[in-house]
Amino acid sequence: MERIGVFVCHCKLMAYMDTGTVVEAISKKPDVVHAAAYEDLCLAPGLEQVKDTIKNEKLDGVLITSCSPVLHQEVLRQAVTAAGLEAHQMQAVDIRSQNGVKENTERAIEAISSALDKLKASLPPVRTKVPITKKVLVIGGGIAGIRASLDIADGGYEVILVERTHSIGGHMIQYSETFPTLDCPQCIETPLMTDTGQHDNITIYAYSEIEEVTGSIGKFKVKIRRKAAYVDWDKCNGCLMCIEKCPPRVLSEYERYLDMPKRQAHRRAIWVPHAQAVPMRPIIDKDHCLYFTKGKCRVCEQACPSKAIDFTQQESFVEIEVGAIVVASGFDLMPKSAIKEYELDKDILEGIEFERILCPAGPTAGKVIRPSDGREPKTVAFISCCGSRDPEHGVPYCSKVCCMYLVKMALLYMHAVHDGQTFIFYIDIRTTGKGYEEFVQRAVTEDNVLYLRGKVSKIFRDGDKIKVWGADTLTGKRIEMAVDLVVLGMAMLPSEGVKELADKLGIATDEHGFMVELHSKLRPMESSVPGIYLAGCCQGPKDIQDTVAQGGGAASKVLALFAQDEVILEEAAVR
Amino acid sequence: MRIEISTETLYSDFVKKVEAISEQTLISCYQCGKCSAGCPMCFAMDLLPSQIIRLAQLGLEDDIAKANTIWICASCITCSVRCPKGVDLARVMEALRLITSRKNIDQVQIPEIPKETIAQLPQVAMVGGFRKLTA
Ligand SMILES: Cc1cc2nc3c(=O)[nH]c(=O)nc-3n(C[C@H](O)[C@H](O)[C@H](O)COP(=O)(O)OP(=O)(O)OC[C@H]3O[C@@H](n4cnc5c(N)ncnc54)[C@H](O)[C@@H]3O)c2cc1C
Repeated sequence: MERIGVFVCHCKLMAYMDTGTVVEAISKKPDVVHAAAYEDLCLAPGLEQVKDTIKNEKLDGVLITSCSPVLHQEVLRQAVTAAGLEAHQMQAVDIRSQNGVKENTERAIEAISSALDKLKASLPPVRTKVPITKKVLVIGGGIAGIRASLDIADGGYEVILVERTHSIGGHMIQYSETFPTLDCPQCIETPLMTDTGQHDNITIYAYSEIEEVTGSIGKFKVKIRRKAAYVDWDKCNGCLMCIEKCPPRVLSEYERYLDMPKRQAHRRAIWVPHAQAVPMRPIIDKDHCLYFTKGKCRVCEQACPSKAIDFTQQESFVEIEVGAIVVASGFDLMPKSAIKEYELDKDILEGIEFERILCPAGPTAGKVIRPSDGREPKTVAFISCCGSRDPEHGVPYCSKVCCMYLVKMALLYMHAVHDGQTFIFYIDIRTTGKGYEEFVQRAVTEDNVLYLRGKVSKIFRDGDKIKVWGADTLTGKRIEMAVDLVVLGMAMLPSEGVKELADKLGIATDEHGFMVELHSKLRPMESSVPGIYLAGCCQGPKDIQDTVAQGGGAASKVLALFAQDEVILEEAAVR
Repeated sequence: MRIEISTETLYSDFVKKVEAISEQTLISCYQCGKCSAGCPMCFAMDLLPSQIIRLAQLGLEDDIAKANTIWICASCITCSVRCPKGVDLARVMEALRLITSRKNIDQVQIPEIPKETIAQLPQVAMVGGFRKLTA
């Protein structure tokens, strides 16, 4: 390059260096034929100036200093290519620094000089055109994955939805009712689940996981592992007669292993998670099935009218090719055992466990009873920030939804047990969603939910009661209370196995395992790899509203990609 | 009474001293109250441990001096172990005690202690106590 132009952007936000000196120093560099300071290069008039100068000065190389190349590079590049140059003939360089004017100026000159060297050495990138396979893989069938799948499928493209449990629905379907409007998931989520199951453009691989991913945007090759269900799902008609006769009673993962009186929350060895499962297909739990463990029984086989039971079934693999991937692998809760000063006890529950007990479609049909003795609890304490906001013992971040779901459950409990009393121990009440603050106010004034400000220090059983040691920092008094039931607002973590999944996809995760978005404010749905998008709690704790919005957002990204027929992949050339 | 909070009180020598001696950053306490909730000596304190560190954050030295809390604290470190922010409150308490002792003020007037009390106190406690509480 022999005719290089250097454009030093200088807006009011960047009045921290002596641009005159910078321009003077740079204009003396070899091959620099134009160097000048401009105001607001990122705006249309500034971009026009760049274009005009490229033409008038017959520039063959352009160097632009701007505040954030990440954000501005694209418009700058467009302006430069519009003026007839190739993209590699431009470099954008960030010259912001936080020191005194003199040092900033020196640093800027240094940064521009090395960027000039880089510019001169740059080669045209190697470009390959990849035709886009207009199919999408969605990983995770929670509300995020469901929303994304439906939106893409409605857009006319084929969706392959991979869910590792044997029904879609995610955590939401386990809840009693959802804040802030108190509609039940069985009413608002099941229609979407059914729609997903019936949609012509959606194929669900339930009880399946991602084995391997290769390729890149436009053309990913994915190997899916279908775990052995020991039931031929193609033959099975979902009548569930197999389950009725199955002898073992086992604690159920869907019921969070709740051990309720009269084994209300137990499942059989052959089982479906719940009555609205999609797909409605059972699996055999090999560890508890009498045939697998003791070599006899086969009652399910006899009961099945479709001859679908297959004790010899092996896991199988499906290979697909897709143009884009949406990751919606959701969250898990931090285990209760993580907090040593809160005892492990049948009547000390985490959020989802209590949701199951409150849930009309749950194991107790919504009758609120204690797991230990089946009695109706008359006093319930809810504990916020269990593991969240605790950089010393847990995670430093706020899990965002616990404030809301704890008060929701307190309110639902009061609706079920009219002579009950609830207490919520909190540090700060965070209710920033639409209608959230009003929800809390309603719970306090209409449903007698009493807030106590202080983090709980110890929880332990004392005879028939659970003792809670807390504080009310507002009165400056220490609190000791004996309640019937305790509910812990455990921190939200990324779902188990997230690291392995991210590694297979080649996408970045943060120190907690949440998937990293390309830009926290401006590109929240894009992962660090082009063509792989993020939705829901896999990217960070959030409520259903935000999850659904992000699911729809990720779908729109995929639809925008699929509106084109090919992507141009650029790879840096090597000498 | 309104308390006065200003740059001077917030960055006073007192605050600096507490931080230097305890090697803790006072402002990292976010006032969750867990120290108070778990403190086994709280029953005898007139202000809660969480209130003491709040007063220290604000540089309100006199209010701390008026309370009995720092003297009741038994340094059992339950608070330090459970603090979500990793603030070693036991060390802050110790720093506050040290600062008070180093003022070389007679906290007790030995002649005024009733004979019966002296008779009840073990000698070691008296000697130790006088060392801490007298100039
Ligand atoms: C107790 C509790 C109550 C709540 N109540 C409310 C409420 O009332 N209102 C509200 O707005 N929000 C509420 N929330 C928040 C709400 O649960 C989340 O916003 C929502 O569930 C997030 O949906 P998701 O699809 O991102 O994740 P999930 O619901 O976790 O779904 C993820 C899905 O992906 C699957 N999966 C995970 N990893 C893999 C993998 N590697 N391969 C394949 N599949 C995988 C999982 O099996 C699961 O089906 C509550 C949260 C809790 C903990």
